[in-house]
Amino acid sequence: MLVVMKNQSWPHSLIFDKQHLLHRLYTLQQQDRHISAETIVRVAGEFNLPVSQVASVVDFYSFFYRKPVGRYHMLLSNCTSCGYQAGKTDLLKMLCRSLNVDPGVTRADGLVSISETSCIGMCDHGASMLINGIPLVGLDETKVTRIAGLVEQQLTLCQWPQDWFQITRSIRQSGMLLNNTGSSGNSLTKALSAGPGRTLDMIEHSGLRGRGGAGFSAGKKWRLCREATGDAHYVVCNADEGEPGTFKDRVLLQCHAGALFEGMTICALVIGARKGYLYLRGEYRYLLAHLQEALELHYSNNLLGCSILGHAGFDFDIEIVVGAGAYICGEESALIESLEGKPGVPRIRPPFPVTHGYLGQPTAVNNVETFIAAAYIVTHGSDNFRMAGTEQSTGSKILSVSGDCRNPGIYEYAFGVSIQEILDDCGADNVQAVQIGGPAGTLVAHRDFRRRISFEGVSTGGSFLVFGENRDLLTVNQNFARFFAHESCGFCTPCRVGTRLMEGSLQKIVDGRAVAADIEEIKRLSSLIMRYSHCGLGHTAANHMLDSLRQFPGLFEKRIMQQAFSPQIDLEAALETARQITHRDDADAHLD
Amino acid sequence: MTNEANKAIDANSITIDGETVPFDAGQTIMDAALAVKIYIPHLCHYPGLTPAGNCRLCMVEANGKSVAACVTQAQSGQQVSSNTPELNAARLSITQMLFVEGNHICPSCEKSGNCRLQAMGYYLGMLEEHFHQFNPRREIDASHSTVLLDRDRCILCDLCVRASRDVDKKNVFAIAGRGIHARLIVNTASGKLGDSNIEAKDLAAKICPVGAILIRERSFDSPVAERIYDRQSISDTAMTEHVPRKEDDRG
Repeated sequence: MLVVMKNQSWPHSLIFDKQHLLHRLYTLQQQDRHISAETIVRVAGEFNLPVSQVASVVDFYSFFYRKPVGRYHMLLSNCTSCGYQAGKTDLLKMLCRSLNVDPGVTRADGLVSISETSCIGMCDHGASMLINGIPLVGLDETKVTRIAGLVEQQLTLCQWPQDWFQITRSIRQSGMLLNNTGSSGNSLTKALSAGPGRTLDMIEHSGLRGRGGAGFSAGKKWRLCREATGDAHYVVCNADEGEPGTFKDRVLLQCHAGALFEGMTICALVIGARKGYLYLRGEYRYLLAHLQEALELHYSNNLLGCSILGHAGFDFDIEIVVGAGAYICGEESALIESLEGKPGVPRIRPPFPVTHGYLGQPTAVNNVETFIAAAYIVTHGSDNFRMAGTEQSTGSKILSVSGDCRNPGIYEYAFGVSIQEILDDCGADNVQAVQIGGPAGTLVAHRDFRRRISFEGVSTGGSFLVFGENRDLLTVNQNFARFFAHESCGFCTPCRVGTRLMEGSLQKIVDGRAVAADIEEIKRLSSLIMRYSHCGLGHTAANHMLDSLRQFPGLFEKRIMQQAFSPQIDLEAALETARQITHRDDADAHLD
Repeated sequence: MTNEANKAIDANSITIDGETVPFDAGQTIMDAALAVKIYIPHLCHYPGLTPAGNCRLCMVEANGKSVAACVTQAQSGQQVSSNTPELNAARLSITQMLFVEGNHICPSCEKSGNCRLQAMGYYLGMLEEHFHQFNPRREIDASHSTVLLDRDRCILCDLCVRASRDVDKKNVFAIAGRGIHARLIVNTASGKLGDSNIEAKDLAAKICPVGAILIRERSFDSPVAERIYDRQSISDTAMTEHVPRKEDDRG
């Protein structure tokens, strides 16, 4: 297959532009293991950009470093499912101890650095890490010990056990989309013979809604974009699934890339675009080669490029842009900012991307699953699609199921499936709650497991986290609060400061230093963040707290001190800096 | 005729706390409010600069939805509430958040009395900081001969960034970093203000609402107790603020 492609002569830069700012910075960082001030100045010169813009990009994304990281740079996921604390042992602590290194600080010999990162989408593979950007899954204590040894021996990753890097597809239940392995080009051929107008009618009639979580009508979005005037129109695929617990796009990109590219091309036909972008989350960089191959195959089959399938004048190219670690870039306007080589700060909306998107032009941004569903609809017809699901949520939903269950993986259901049914299928017993839609979503307690997955019921972009009866939900809240504080872009006050305050308030409860007034304070803070923030991140950042307080008040009450007031500051902890400076740890250096 | 005139007014007016306020197409709720001398608290907005919407003090309820007045277009018939106990309580909390995330030392700050953050505290009746102090460690830049950058007091309002880029045409500042690590940076290879072409007369050097960007050797030009907010409320001074208009615009 590859040999055939090598003879073709389509321009590779169309698939992956090495000169995209994010890619150039990545390349230079690969050489130097960090991005120095000199590099920033040099790149600014190359791109004819202000130094400050390049610096702000470097400082915004988690995977760019100002100081050298180790030759073995390990980022352990801190998600509740694929995180280093998912099991009993704190694997991050253990790994750091084994290699004699502090988290976030490169070892003096430059060999190793260990840090944590937000969910890397390996939740069906147990505790996982990115080592030099490559996912290493199924971490446990034995593996951590062996990893420490391999690092000290300085063996290259090719010499490590290769099964550690095996990412399985773990498709547990297939439905209309996952079963659809029709020959490539089918849906595009149909769309071309139907023409853009009738194709759009089909998408609208199908009732397809965006699969990223918000559920905006895909047909309406495409129509608004098609009707918007501009110098050019763009198609953007949001492959930046960052909601902890989501990994269905990873599997779709791995197994259904062809359908995805066809869906994007159909969208291009409808809205009149000649250029499309696939924005791939930095955590999934390891999929890049596979996606490039899939794209090249599309070019060689004339499903992309000039005069697609012989239709003169229908030209469309897709380019992949790889992100660099920022959950906020899953928000469509932040994603567009990132595509434009800027920090991923969400734009003021309106105007919306359908009229003012990439480079200020009309842009249709959809999730991976949405494009694949669109391709399905064009092949099989909108009536076929509507047969599955509910009146307001047509078709199927692909869920990423993980946490306390025997069979984590990908499950596709018609919309309207009950939570209990999913729990039965994934082998989850004695479940106390399920977090649906990730930390920004909804916490559903046992008594509500009859509720159904749909836009009008419990909505989700795909994340389905199962919490068994032994799980301490308060530490889950703490994990989520930390996640939002880490991922807040910092643009607006309530989110930038409020998410940090929330983290502190929760710590106080977990430490057993909180009083009843602190609970009221958390409710007030939650409302401030959710009502007055700039974007969806802030608007949803406290959902998990309010859900927990409403449904599991006992969790909080049992850790509350029976007194009117206790200070936020933990004096004993605050003395730690002084103890370190004075090298003291004797009794007199502690409060009691 | 009267009916038609009324219609014309309705077509281009909103209400703010029950008061009818006319607007021109393209104006924001903030623009419309300021034009009729209605004060909606704000720190990151300055008439004449493109609004940013980051401080969130100007949050209002427009037709039941919380929006930032400075970046939300006025729309016919929109019912806006602004001066309500609930919104003012939220504004107070947001102001307190701005205080605790930085290092604000009002009694010894030379901007005291001329500081809009402090004035906002007065306006909203802030008596304490409420939240715990973050005590961040931030870098001071004293490399420039006439302009001092003290990041401890920066509230990330972005006014200097916009003023320098859009009015001074020098693009001296930017905001970098994510979340609580966001900070003001200088657009020079060294990152130092001394290597930039900023001058004390630039709008970017003067527009800072707090004591983050200070003109050197001017600190006691006006004595304490005779400074701006010793005499006036921020709700009054806000009515006359505007970036300097160009000479040719006056004719």
